[in-house]
Amino acid sequence: MIEVKDLHKSYGRHGKANALNGITFTVKKGEIFGVIGPDGAGKSSLFRILASLILPDSGTVTINGFEVIKDYQKIRQIIGYMPGRFSLYQDLSVEENLKFFATLFNTTIEENYYLIKDIYQQIEPFKNRRAGALSGGMKQKLALSCALIHKPEILILDEPTTGVDPVSRKEFWDMLDRLKEQGITILVSTAYMDEASRCDRIALILEGKFIGSNTPQGIIDDYSEILWSVIGGKMSTLLSVLRNHPKVKSSFAFGDKLHITVKEGLQTFDLKQYLLNKGFNNVCIDPIQPTIEDCFMALTS
Amino acid sequence: MKQLIAFVNKEFHHIFRDSRTLLVILGIPIVQILLFGFAINMEVQDIRVAFYDPTPDAFTTGITERIRQNAYFNYLGKVNSMNEMEVVMRKGKLDLAIVFEQDFQENLVHSGNAAVQLLSNSSDPNRGSISVNYAMAIIADYQKDQMNISQIPFQIQTENRMVYNPLMKSSYMFVPGIMGLVMMIICTIMTSVSIVREKERGTMEVLLASPLKHGTMIFAKTIPYMVISFIDFIIILLLSYFVLDVPVNGSLFLLCLIAILYIFLSLSYGLTISTLVDKQVNAVIISAMTAMIPVLMLSGMIFPIDNMPNVLQYFSTIVPARWFIDAIRKVMIQGQGLTMVWKDVLILIGMTVFLLAVTAVNTKKRLE
Repeated sequence: MIEVKDLHKSYGRHGKANALNGITFTVKKGEIFGVIGPDGAGKSSLFRILASLILPDSGTVTINGFEVIKDYQKIRQIIGYMPGRFSLYQDLSVEENLKFFATLFNTTIEENYYLIKDIYQQIEPFKNRRAGALSGGMKQKLALSCALIHKPEILILDEPTTGVDPVSRKEFWDMLDRLKEQGITILVSTAYMDEASRCDRIALILEGKFIGSNTPQGIIDDYSEILWSVIGGKMSTLLSVLRNHPKVKSSFAFGDKLHITVKEGLQTFDLKQYLLNKGFNNVCIDPIQPTIEDCFMALTS
Repeated sequence: MKQLIAFVNKEFHHIFRDSRTLLVILGIPIVQILLFGFAINMEVQDIRVAFYDPTPDAFTTGITERIRQNAYFNYLGKVNSMNEMEVVMRKGKLDLAIVFEQDFQENLVHSGNAAVQLLSNSSDPNRGSISVNYAMAIIADYQKDQMNISQIPFQIQTENRMVYNPLMKSSYMFVPGIMGLVMMIICTIMTSVSIVREKERGTMEVLLASPLKHGTMIFAKTIPYMVISFIDFIIILLLSYFVLDVPVNGSLFLLCLIAILYIFLSLSYGLTISTLVDKQVNAVIISAMTAMIPVLMLSGMIFPIDNMPNVLQYFSTIVPARWFIDAIRKVMIQGQGLTMVWKDVLILIGMTVFLLAVTAVNTKKRLE
């Protein structure tokens, strides 16, 4: 279990760049807790503090009862940490990397093989290949294997799916589910909003602050805006026309669609008519359920 | 212990899988020794010499003839006054002027003392000092012969510093220098780079987040380079002995001991650098600027320390290679024992302790 209280961290002289601005949260044993936010929101700083790699300016962190500053050596025994950047030895082979990290944690591959079996089996055919020559997805699987090899109680994964193809990303989350069943507490960060639903609870982070924290469904349930999707015509002109409408509160591009929030009282029919007058004659407008990304947008505006 | 072995193993993998690193650490000593041994001729030849002899006698003529016949000297002739001498030298036509004092023989026979002045053209300080040393050696040689013949105790006043290098081979001068240089390069640059590389590639983050003790890591990092540097030392020693005919006059054991001490020192310096920088490029630049260049310039390897301006002489005392080279020359060429090099050894130990202390203070348990 992880308890974080009022964490502050700033970089540079005079504390000009605030990375973390008062973060408080708790992660229960055996749950997957996702920290979701754009690049530069403070995810890596937060995770590095939790992994005892950097010191916070103020605030406290305890992991399974150990204080992260004072008991950093104990912390390092029980956590498995996977940094955002691929951080294994590129000139060592897959097997050598795994063996090295197993020895580093005073264990062997055989001892905890059952834990990494699912993951490692997928890269085992390439075990003599140098880590630097692996694909993005395979690199992440190896990195996860190395972070898991000592059977950590807490797994801290900093953007493990960044730069990984959609299929491998899905596989990766399936693995995390299975690890959770083993009782491992998992703290994971991501910039992909669609991965939020795979977590038990999530926190949305922006500019070093949690702007919302709940279960994914809870976050969606809290959404109070009227949300429509709009398709048709040229996206960029449609976007600027919609933004000029007095009753449209916000509009964002969502893949091939636009998501807009509107003020009370506006009907889809009215908006369709308005767009028709502006020369968009093939527009489709539907009320939709919000996604996490919609919630994030609503919370940031 | 298992951690240490695994780590050392990993370091050797890094070294052997990077053919460029391997080439550098094994190629450098061979290339340096052969380059300095054959391509770069540090020997001074064709020394243009002139004599001023106000009262010619048997002794001055004898000395003049000796020098005249020596293959290294190019006899220009005699001058009639010091003024003339100065004019010729100023024009750059003369490397060495040998001036006998008035009534040289008289003084020598009656008071047992006579002086010879050696004026060298030191626009090239290296050539100048070597010319002087050559001439001194010849005069000393002459004096010895005369004493054997006449049985009269007398002294021609010259300071003879070439006594340990009677063949006047420059390889005697630079072999210890090459050792100092190569081991400094390998240990300092390689160690600092190998640690900083972990920082740069992000692997340090994973290592720090593991239970691995920082001391174990540092120790494991240094072992491979310690082994390789010692192999390099042996390569240089073998090449010097068999290819360049440099003798090993002193104790081989003491020689190895001094080399190991110097390797420790260089490794410590590499560690110190690694605690100060975060980029491999900076590690290389700082190592090269602070380790390599002072070794080349200020250690006495190429330019004699005695010929340096005072400021640089003081500065040279903090260059570890100066003391290493001094000790190696004494043991290897002069055949001295520990009693003559204890000062050098103590200074090297002191420097190592200092660098390790700085490293320990600067070592971080975290990323920042």
